[in-house]
Amino acid sequence: MIGLEHYLTVAATLFVIGIFGLFLNRKNVIILLMSIELMLLAVNINLVAFSSFLDDLVGQVFTLFVLTVAAAEAAIGLAILVCFFRNRGTIAVEDVNVMKG
Amino acid sequence: MSADLTIILPEILLAVFAMLGLIGAVYTSKDDLASPLLWATSAVFLAVAAWIGFTGEGTNVAFGGMFIDDGFSRFAKVTILVSAAAVLLMSEGYMSQRGLLRFEYPMLVALAAVGMMTMVSAGDLMALYMGLELQSLALYVVASLRRDSVKSTEAGLKYFVLGALSSGLLLYGASLVYGYAGTTLFSGIVQVAEEGVSLGLLFGLVFLMAGFAFKVSAVPFHMWTPDVYEGSPTPVTAFFATAPKVAAMALFARVMHDAFGGAVADWQQVMALLSVLSMFLGAFAAIGQTNIKRLMAFSSIAHMGYALMGLASGTALGVEAMLVYMAIYVTMNIGTFAFILMMEKDGQPVVEISSLKMYAKREPGKAWAMLFLMFSLAGVPPMLGFFGKFYVLRAAYEGGLVWLAIAGVIASVIGAVYYLRIVYYMFFGETQDEGLNGGKSPILWAMLMGSAAVMLFGIINMFGVDTAAAAAALTLVN
Repeated sequence: MIGLEHYLTVAATLFVIGIFGLFLNRKNVIILLMSIELMLLAVNINLVAFSSFLDDLVGQVFTLFVLTVAAAEAAIGLAILVCFFRNRGTIAVEDVNVMKG
Repeated sequence: MSADLTIILPEILLAVFAMLGLIGAVYTSKDDLASPLLWATSAVFLAVAAWIGFTGEGTNVAFGGMFIDDGFSRFAKVTILVSAAAVLLMSEGYMSQRGLLRFEYPMLVALAAVGMMTMVSAGDLMALYMGLELQSLALYVVASLRRDSVKSTEAGLKYFVLGALSSGLLLYGASLVYGYAGTTLFSGIVQVAEEGVSLGLLFGLVFLMAGFAFKVSAVPFHMWTPDVYEGSPTPVTAFFATAPKVAAMALFARVMHDAFGGAVADWQQVMALLSVLSMFLGAFAAIGQTNIKRLMAFSSIAHMGYALMGLASGTALGVEAMLVYMAIYVTMNIGTFAFILMMEKDGQPVVEISSLKMYAKREPGKAWAMLFLMFSLAGVPPMLGFFGKFYVLRAAYEGGLVWLAIAGVIASVIGAVYYLRIVYYMFFGETQDEGLNGGKSPILWAMLMGSAAVMLFGIINMFGVDTAAAAAALTLVN
């Protein structure tokens, strides 16, 4: 029997992978965007699992909002990335360093 | 249903205005419309602020508790709208001179303002998330407004990646809170939390706080601030330093008191830690800065530390102190950024602090106004900034956090060093042949002088802001 805790474990694992992807990745900004998407999807798994477990639809409504916002966020992220590439000629993470910090 | 719509009418009007403005400008003369749109946007901001401020009454709840219009949210909204209008007016000269004045700019600011108004009125995790994202998405674009500059796009990219990370953390917290409280409504969460915070709920609370700490740029989630402040066009930096900070801080207070008001002991220590780290890092890291925009970034981190000190006390007095502090902080920052926007040499913007050497000899009026603002930011007694600090220190003291109040005083003394260094350069720095010239904008001059005058004359009665903040705080904490 697959219970709530299994879903939560999967979601937590995906979320942590997403965070590690953000911090350990030294290659490509696109991978950062993928990591962010992974985090948001982990949250969605959480929400749907809770929604089903609590017998409450609010969680699934929340998921739809999150999906929509995630799409908008990816669009804006890619747009900014394209602008950055035009100026800098690279999208390697280690080259995002004109300003120290 | 129509009663619900009446309650959110200001937000709807602003959103419709922004969308009509966008469509209108796209189909007609595009960037020629930028300047009239900018003026129209600030006029609409001021009109909506006056409407909310003068006609708002009582506590109104819309959409089954998802949207709360109370004294607290009205205070925050008026502060947000007025500061956003002031920053828009300050932007025009700077941006049109450098070919940056596109019609998207005022419209994005208007959409960000709608998001901020939703944030401070949120009564539900979903409303909170939608408001926060509307604000953030608009701000990511505004940060990279100068799209042919490496610095500006890099600022936008960094802000986007770290902002998205913080949204992710916040959302994970929201999902845990939903799961362990069984509801996304703050009014429901507060009942569950009063009976004892379960481990799952505690995890959710901590993730939510981490997300908010990113948005208010509190240490240890501050790393985006200096780069974003430095890279963005200066008027945009001025905007970042004012309205979004107020909105994020008000949202922080809203969630902590509306949803976790019965569990103050569970979040008080985290808040105090964020506060003390922000104050000290802001004070120390700013000392070595040579770029005035980076310096203002660390200054804003330190100031957020003080505002969080008010929240950490967990009382109505603390929320009142936070609101007063934010109102004063925003006024000071508008004046300071008006000054920074006027720093130019042969038509080029200058951000080096050393360029201010002996500024007082050439422009005594502006130098004195800046002196008042710097003293106020440092918290030197006769200025209004001192009273802001006094309020939060008193709140922390009466909330039983004596050690935090003492740490605040120490950090404020350390922080005074870099504000006074600017004053020293302006009045006593060794002579330089080629200093700043130009910067003769009447709007910026009026903002600088007005802000400095408020810092001086506000001490008489604070223009009633303290009583308004006290009434606002009582609607949130009771």
